[in-house]
Amino acid sequence: MSGAQAIRLRLQAPESLCGSLWMEVADAEVCLRKSGALWLEADGVLAAGDLHLEKGSSYASRGQLLPPYDTAATLDRLEAEVAALNPRVVALLGDSFHDGRATARLAARDAARIVALARSRTLVWIVGNHDREGPGALPGDRADEITVAGLTLRHEPALVPVRGEVAGHLHPCARVAGHGGSVRRRCFLTDGQRLILPAFGSYAGGLNARDQAFAGLFARSPIAGVLGRRVHAIGWGSLTGD
Amino acid sequence: MDGAAPHALPQQFQAWFDSRGWSPRGHQLEMVEAARAGRHTLLIAPTGGGKTLAGFLPSLIELSERPKGNRPRSIHTLYISPLKALAVDVHRNLEIPVSEMRLPITVESRTGDTGVAKRQRQRLHPPDILLTTPEQLALFCAWEGSREYFADLRTVIIDEIHAIHGSKRGDLLNLGLARLQSFAPALRRVGLSATVQDPDMLRRWLAPRPETAHLVRGAPGAPPQVEVLFSKGDVPWSGWTAQHAMAEVLDVIRANRTTLIFVNTRFQAELAFQKLWEINDESLPIALHHGSLAAEQRRKVEAAMARGELRAVVCTSTLDLGIDWGAVDLVIQLAAPKGSSRLIQRIGRANHRLDEPSRALLVPAHRFEVLECEAAREAVAENDLDGEPARLGAHDILAQHVMGVACGEPFAEDDLYAEVLTSEPYSDVTREEFDRVVDFVSTGGYALKTYDRFRRIVKAPKSEKGAGLWRVRDRETAARHRMNVGAIVEIPMLNVRIASSRSGKKIGGRKVGEMEETYLEQLVPGDAFLFAGQVWRFEGITGMDALVTSAPGAEPKVPSWGGSKFALSTYLAKRVRRMICDEDAWTRLPPDMQAWLEIQKARSIIPSDEEMLVEVFQRGKRWYLVAYPFDGRISHGTLTQLLARRLERLGKMPLGFVANDYALAVWTLGPLHDLDMDALFQEDMLGDDLEAWLDESFLMKRAFRQCAVLSGLIERRSPGQEKSGRQVTFSTDLIYDVLRRHQPDHLLLRCARADAAAGSLDVARLGRLLNRIKGRIRPVMLKKVSPFAVPVMLEIGREPVAGGSAQEAILEASAAELIAEALS
Repeated sequence: MSGAQAIRLRLQAPESLCGSLWMEVADAEVCLRKSGALWLEADGVLAAGDLHLEKGSSYASRGQLLPPYDTAATLDRLEAEVAALNPRVVALLGDSFHDGRATARLAARDAARIVALARSRTLVWIVGNHDREGPGALPGDRADEITVAGLTLRHEPALVPVRGEVAGHLHPCARVAGHGGSVRRRCFLTDGQRLILPAFGSYAGGLNARDQAFAGLFARSPIAGVLGRRVHAIGWGSLTGD
Repeated sequence: MDGAAPHALPQQFQAWFDSRGWSPRGHQLEMVEAARAGRHTLLIAPTGGGKTLAGFLPSLIELSERPKGNRPRSIHTLYISPLKALAVDVHRNLEIPVSEMRLPITVESRTGDTGVAKRQRQRLHPPDILLTTPEQLALFCAWEGSREYFADLRTVIIDEIHAIHGSKRGDLLNLGLARLQSFAPALRRVGLSATVQDPDMLRRWLAPRPETAHLVRGAPGAPPQVEVLFSKGDVPWSGWTAQHAMAEVLDVIRANRTTLIFVNTRFQAELAFQKLWEINDESLPIALHHGSLAAEQRRKVEAAMARGELRAVVCTSTLDLGIDWGAVDLVIQLAAPKGSSRLIQRIGRANHRLDEPSRALLVPAHRFEVLECEAAREAVAENDLDGEPARLGAHDILAQHVMGVACGEPFAEDDLYAEVLTSEPYSDVTREEFDRVVDFVSTGGYALKTYDRFRRIVKAPKSEKGAGLWRVRDRETAARHRMNVGAIVEIPMLNVRIASSRSGKKIGGRKVGEMEETYLEQLVPGDAFLFAGQVWRFEGITGMDALVTSAPGAEPKVPSWGGSKFALSTYLAKRVRRMICDEDAWTRLPPDMQAWLEIQKARSIIPSDEEMLVEVFQRGKRWYLVAYPFDGRISHGTLTQLLARRLERLGKMPLGFVANDYALAVWTLGPLHDLDMDALFQEDMLGDDLEAWLDESFLMKRAFRQCAVLSGLIERRSPGQEKSGRQVTFSTDLIYDVLRRHQPDHLLLRCARADAAAGSLDVARLGRLLNRIKGRIRPVMLKKVSPFAVPVMLEIGREPVAGGSAQEAILEASAAELIAEALS
């Protein structure tokens, strides 16, 4: 594989402070955070995909009473990233809510946390297929896509190889087999030209990176940035199907 | 043998016994007496003693004596068996007396396989005797109108009670019995059991609290003849396959008519089957039977067995219970049996005639197993069985039952609580615990009260009919519950299908069987593996199918962990310890075993049966600690995890550990010569250390998944879609992580902790072990490895090192590959 030329990783010692993976995507320097968020340092933009807030209560309304803490858990992690990086813009790449009635079910306490996040920075709600209704009364701008550092941030990836796109929607996850078992984790996927973010929501499931849905998105075999104690860069050949 | 007077049976029945040339056995007459006295009764009898007939005889008599009339029929006797196949088999056997005596009795069976039309007919026109499974009983409880349906039920018979009482299935069954008793207060409970160590526990389990079932014992059969195979070749130092003895096993098969070969795991069955056929030059008909084979294939083997066409069947615990085959004249246990009760049950599968002894041959796989097999042989000779502690009913099961009751009819909390207390496993449930379970069923039991409008069961307000009673929210919720009853959680399995190519794409063809997803995940395309007695090449997984192609002659990959899934029982372990320190007993062992023990004595020490030997030595740059608690793989596994944590804290830099049934080893970079052993093995490790480790452990996630499914939090099946096990596994892990952080005392987390502590960790047993060795640790410093240490040391590198860092290690390894790839 000619991955060494095509994908420019900034290799760092594994014990690097925050466990992030720095690399170039379409000439822009990006930082893949172990939380699953994307940090564009030069522009002060933090991006996270597929929060699926209120997925728990969505299931509860249909009879499966999942623990009602998923929204709080997702916001905990988002707040931690905001506190660590102090971004100018927080861009949520769509499917921020699990369904159209999710904002109505949102607890007052959680709504207040979102309001606080939007204070002294710009919150951008990019529209996804689960949340076309938008964020309701919550603060922030709505957009179909935004452009930062030459990268286009949107919800659904275009179905052909494109340069400079960052998207969510597919919830990629990687399975890596090793001695004594296999590990299945959320992951970033990139070929150095475009980037798919993992889902950020606590209850969001994952789709194996080897699934047909990813075929045709990349001009060459992508690498996976697998979430763990740090972001592990793992070659396509090491990923297995479910 | 039978002292009772012949007039104890009605004339019609006595005549039937006479016509068959039989006389009723003592315990059969005692069962009839107990029924006339209206007593709950437990029958303990060995296989081949006419146990099933004894169970049904009172019902047949009662039904034959009922006055003729045209009152509507209802179920008189409900028979419950843990195995579907057994219910069907008993049905067949029961038809014989019914038809030969021309009794006006209808008998039908009902299992998950019964068609819809027949089920509906059974509801409208119930048979006199219905044969079914525990899962169907749970479904009956959730029917509307079940109270009327079972109002005239007189007898419930529970077969193979010893095999079901100590499990979650047993918990659910017992709650179901309490429900039936409230429908039909005069109901008489009858239990049929193989020989057990503690009949009193079963007598309490069977009867409604505070009663105890009357005990009837069948005459014991002739004592079994058990031998241990002292192989002519050297006994291996380690391993679990007993491959060294295959030629001798084949000789034994040749010398007998029909042999059942029991092994402890499916892998072992596949491997033994393969090895036997490699040397089976005469092509003796030897078959394979285990739970993962396609049902059709299993039935073929069973039918061939029943026709007497097979000389041997290699099988797993799937054949521990069930159908009587008569012709088996020898049972071989390949690798040590791990417990005496299981061994006795298996030996009972040979020779179902009471007056002739069953014969069994034990084949140890390595040196410690030679001792263990000897211990098991002695235990069988003394008819000494492993005891099983009484269990507390699981709360996830109680939640499922409460939901089922609400689907059946509205209930009052006070009444249902009183009813639950009559169920033995739940007799200690406090009112507070019960209320928590009801709240869980209704709202999910969360501290954050946001689901009030999504309640699954609701309490009718004062103004309405049935005020203050709980009822199911709506019909749809009830229908969904009924699709999810039962206490069996299937291990996620994939279909193994032969790959066929169609227009360049591989698709699944004929199904060969099912295998655990976790095993298949470890294979990479191209790997060869053994399944269904053949070598296959693994091609990949698509959806729920693992695609394979035939690969005869390829070298199959042996699983890294293939040993016994059963741990050495406390009882047998004690005997092994006693045998080791009794030098007179050594003389009964083969010469290479004697030499092994002598060298151990010379180079290290032989501990007394109350002591625990700990050896410490250095090899290369690593230090090794090898301890010999002889207390079973499961509690050893937990102990090593906790020891490794302690050694980490002491700065000893542990690198890895391994445990088997007899010993455990931990190796470190830091020196171990200065360890305070008493402090290291202090009982207080079962406090915070255990909690901290457990919460991170995959064992907890697995236990949580089971509790989430059984309690109804996650539905296995919902109308219109079958959720695959794979999706369930993933989403419950996410739920576990969130719940653990936000409500660590939630009912389901408590359930999962209790399950993990009792099952996959065996914390109670570890506690007893640490208590036993307190002040009795014998540490020795060695210059080099001792003979005892060799078996466990040989397992190093073959076992995956489990633990929190293992998953990251897999990722690290793959990342390193990438870097190598990028730089090449």
